Amino acid sequence: MTMRDAVAAYVHDGDTVSLEGFTHLIPTAAGHEIIRQGRKDLTVIRMTADIVVDQMLAAGCVSRLVSSFVGNSSAGSLGELRRRVEHDDPEPLAFEEYSHYGMICRYIAGAQRLPFYPLRSYGGSDLPGVNPALRKVTSPYPGPDGGREEIYVVPPVNPDVTIVHAQRADRSGNTQIWGLTGVQAEAVYAARKAVVVVEEVVEDEVVRSDPNRTLIPAHAVDAVVVCPRGAHPSFAQGYYDRDNAFYRSWSAVSKDKERLTDWLAEWVYGTRDHAEYVEKLGEEFWRGLAVGDAMSLPVNYGRRL
Amino acid sequence: MTARTVTSSELLSVVASRELAGRRAVFAGIGLPTLAASLAHLTVAPDLEIVYESGVCGAHPSHLPETIADAVLITGAEAVIPMPTLFGSVLQGGHIDVGFLGAAQIDKWGNLNSSVIGDDWHHPKARLPGSGGANEVMANAAEVFVVMRRHDLRSFTQQLDFCTSPGPDRAIEDGIRPLGAGVTRVITELGILAREGVGEELKLAALHPGVTAEDVKANTGWDLRTTGDLSVIEPPTEAELALLREDVDPERVYLR
Repeated sequence: MTMRDAVAAYVHDGDTVSLEGFTHLIPTAAGHEIIRQGRKDLTVIRMTADIVVDQMLAAGCVSRLVSSFVGNSSAGSLGELRRRVEHDDPEPLAFEEYSHYGMICRYIAGAQRLPFYPLRSYGGSDLPGVNPALRKVTSPYPGPDGGREEIYVVPPVNPDVTIVHAQRADRSGNTQIWGLTGVQAEAVYAARKAVVVVEEVVEDEVVRSDPNRTLIPAHAVDAVVVCPRGAHPSFAQGYYDRDNAFYRSWSAVSKDKERLTDWLAEWVYGTRDHAEYVEKLGEEFWRGLAVGDAMSLPVNYGRRL
Repeated sequence: MTARTVTSSELLSVVASRELAGRRAVFAGIGLPTLAASLAHLTVAPDLEIVYESGVCGAHPSHLPETIADAVLITGAEAVIPMPTLFGSVLQGGHIDVGFLGAAQIDKWGNLNSSVIGDDWHHPKARLPGSGGANEVMANAAEVFVVMRRHDLRSFTQQLDFCTSPGPDRAIEDGIRPLGAGVTRVITELGILAREGVGEELKLAALHPGVTAEDVKANTGWDLRTTGDLSVIEPPTEAELALLREDVDPERVYLR
């Protein structure tokens, strides 16, 4: 499926869309296609709301954000996000703040269709005061000292669609990820529909030669999109490196609304699809992010004689 | 290589590294905590395991990592685990001895704010990144070290604008049982504040040479008390500085 068709089919105005990928394998190309297709009023769920979220905010796609970290990684601030939150400029943003494990537990509860999930976070924090979804329950079991234990719980999240980026999948959607695996599998299982964007589609035999590397089985996947370099400026372990210069430059771009508008016009609206974005960056640019080989040694799964 | 030429990053890294003596597993972010943990590895804590929030345990990077998720942390690492395992089993399961945190604001009990500046969360003066995993590190690491680049009245405050990551005192008040002791060390350019755990406030425990207790009090927003045995911190040694400059961060990515 092409990215254009996948976004057209699975992302609708008003939907709740989860985009996961913890620094690694961020589904940037999917975010850009959502911008190109002009989606409105989305609830975006993303643990580390970073550059692609800032871009989607600037493009007017997002009315609600659910997140546990809003920043440009370690390279500064998100200009558009701060304008929205601090000055309601150009309009207010509904924002739900969690911690990382709170978000993880929401995905786990969502994936397992549980009504809530307990965690040892939030005790004494001001977060429950601004986020009524964070609630406390009394354990039905006695604590270690025989007393009644209280604990915070988070509600499940079931996005309309989860989009993740991965290194490779087979044609039916068995998806393999290595390196940082984040919370992608849980986010996919929590969703009503799941789109996996991959660097490459490989033969069934490749996946079946190493089944433990399949983090997301085909039964959880509704569509596979082939989109090489679709995680830029983040990275795909073994395929290309992180574009640290882009991260460093983003704070200045996004701080200036005009520069940000120009950036979107040139790089998102001004490219037909991600292939054109990749081509526009140029081969020399991509050589700068190339990585060398560091092959894992094969394991022996064995076979019955 | 005299003490005069030591930068603030070098000073904080060296002092923090010494505090890791004898520790087994540290949860570290990128920047000063990485430098401190890497230096400790070469000096006072050779068996130290550095765990990153991204899921990397036992990294052996070929280059200095630029982020907690840098590809060089993955290649050659001893383990890379999914986030539910990292936060659920490793951190909440009680496997971390020391967590490193930073914050925009800290109060006398070691509670931290990394969410907003201004007293209205809904209309903040400045929106900061938020918790990330800090709330969980505070709740679950056996103890927490805070490294603050700025030691001034805005950061060391009587009243947090917002509490993102509460220490155990606030948690207990809320009816929750925290695993850890919360913040036990705060390392700054002026000195070290310390507390042992629940029920104690941060007190001035050590000063850098040339800094007086009055200097620190003047830059701390609460009535800072002093421990009985206020000591002077030994300046970074030539050996520590050489390791830091030549082995840990030769390109001075974080040693600015």
